[in-house]
Amino acid sequence: MTRRRLPEWFLLLLPAIIVIAAVVLIPLIFSLYSSFTPYKLTRPSTLWTWVGTYNYEKILTDAKFWTAFGRTVLFLTIALNLEMLLGLGIALMVNKVTWGQRTLRTVVMFPMMFSPILVGFQFKFIFNDNIGLVNNALQSMGFNVALPWLVDGKLAMFSILFAEVWMSTSVFAILILAGLFAIPRDPLEAAKVDGCTPFQSFRHITLPFLMPFIYIAMTIRSLDVARAYDIVQIMTGGGPARRTELLWTLMSRTGYVDARMGLANAMGYVSIILSVVFTIYFFRKLTAARAQIGMEG
Amino acid sequence: MDRNQSYRNHKRLMKALHFSGLFITMAIICIPGLWIVLNSFRPTVEIMAKPPVWIPTFTLDHYRAMFGGAGEGGVPVFSYFRNSMIVSVVSTAIAILIGMSGGYAFARYKFKGKNGYFVGLMLFRAVPGVALSLPLFIVFARVGIIDTHIGLILAYVAMNVPFTVWLTDGFFRQIPKELHEAAEIDGCTRWQAFWQVEFPVAKSGVASAAIFAFLTSWNEFALASQLTRSVGSKTMPVGLLDFTAEFTINWGGMCALAVLMIVPALILTFLVQKHLIAGLTFGGVKG
Repeated sequence: MTRRRLPEWFLLLLPAIIVIAAVVLIPLIFSLYSSFTPYKLTRPSTLWTWVGTYNYEKILTDAKFWTAFGRTVLFLTIALNLEMLLGLGIALMVNKVTWGQRTLRTVVMFPMMFSPILVGFQFKFIFNDNIGLVNNALQSMGFNVALPWLVDGKLAMFSILFAEVWMSTSVFAILILAGLFAIPRDPLEAAKVDGCTPFQSFRHITLPFLMPFIYIAMTIRSLDVARAYDIVQIMTGGGPARRTELLWTLMSRTGYVDARMGLANAMGYVSIILSVVFTIYFFRKLTAARAQIGMEG
Repeated sequence: MDRNQSYRNHKRLMKALHFSGLFITMAIICIPGLWIVLNSFRPTVEIMAKPPVWIPTFTLDHYRAMFGGAGEGGVPVFSYFRNSMIVSVVSTAIAILIGMSGGYAFARYKFKGKNGYFVGLMLFRAVPGVALSLPLFIVFARVGIIDTHIGLILAYVAMNVPFTVWLTDGFFRQIPKELHEAAEIDGCTRWQAFWQVEFPVAKSGVASAAIFAFLTSWNEFALASQLTRSVGSKTMPVGLLDFTAEFTINWGGMCALAVLMIVPALILTFLVQKHLIAGLTFGGVKG
């Protein structure tokens, strides 16, 4: 009796598949099911009531949800672009330094080690309207103001964005810097000989070469964009009056505070789709950029 | 003014701009972290002082209170630190083993739908922790592993495996196939060839993957805040919340715990800095 043996690659992948299936897939299937029920933690029997797409209809017609959704997308777009530009700027500046570059690179990596929740607390402290560093500094410089950084809707959004950018720019800076190190010298020198301005050679040689590195950074970032949840949750908790509510804080409030798990899981699915779309988009960009500079392996 | 002069002026200006830009950037990166460290050594009265006190006085009160145990308004820091360590180290070790075998499969074998498997695996990493924490909480509660180390370790292993696979795949691909083929001709089994020939070469890549896994587990909050309840399993990021009360926050104490949280991460990152960058770029660009 000969049983067909599983191929080796499958055996090697099996542990990964089992763990992910057990810890991620099963809960996700469960949450997909519960998003079609009016499940409430306080009344477990509601798990067996099937309401079809009621939860989805409810969130799709909910203005609060759409505001949070729009704000999340806007927030991510601004944050990612800003991080990319600043990261590029920092990398170019550090790359030009001839002395103490290693130290600078280490400093740039500094924020990567911070826990997102710690970043949240840190900036909650710094932007505190009463004892925060920013207001204290402003007052000591003679401005007689106490800006309500985390209380005013717009300022709070700015503070959160600042914290997010502070935390994540280093990923871009480090990766782009690695790209700058790897750049071949010949084309740049040829361009110089042929009379390109520094801007032209940056635009047509350096930047295309850096693109894959930028997209790796984007892909890595898009994998955990939801880390912003920790920051927002700590800094404002989605307040004041929901003015900094992102998809994730809305979801956790619905799930844990209102205990409406079914509804929260429906929102969870929308947020998962959002993350997945971001990730796939950058993965494809990465593949395309790799092909462009001939690194397809 | 001749052209030489103006050229020199231009160059000097660029240099000044470059320097000041760099200085401001570094200041923005450093000050928030230093502010936390500084405040962990200042008495609460001074932190709260209005108008602000700019010349700091030095005290170890917050550290004393923090290490003083749960009795005197302190936070059980040792337990949190231990939990964090156990959970991060064990989950990193398991994730590396599983991820390495997965990465090896992707790097060395050809099979149908490889790219599909790969992207599929990465997508599981993209599931937001908050979205996962809702159902995971319910499932873990049913199984009865809420508030245990095992539950948290399991969750982190699953979270770290995809990224580990990505990084190690990139590194194994760097190693020429001939290496293990030669070893096999010399009489090694594939298993031996891997551990004695390929693994030593890919060690730095594995190290960088390990650092990332460790940092992710060490810093994670969204899942930990739901899956842990008591002193027996709370990790340090969750422990930070102990310093918040309804309307007040014990800033000094929190800063002290924050310092305790940063130091291991800092040391670890400095030790393997070089591998870290190499790991990210090899894994991504050439993978």
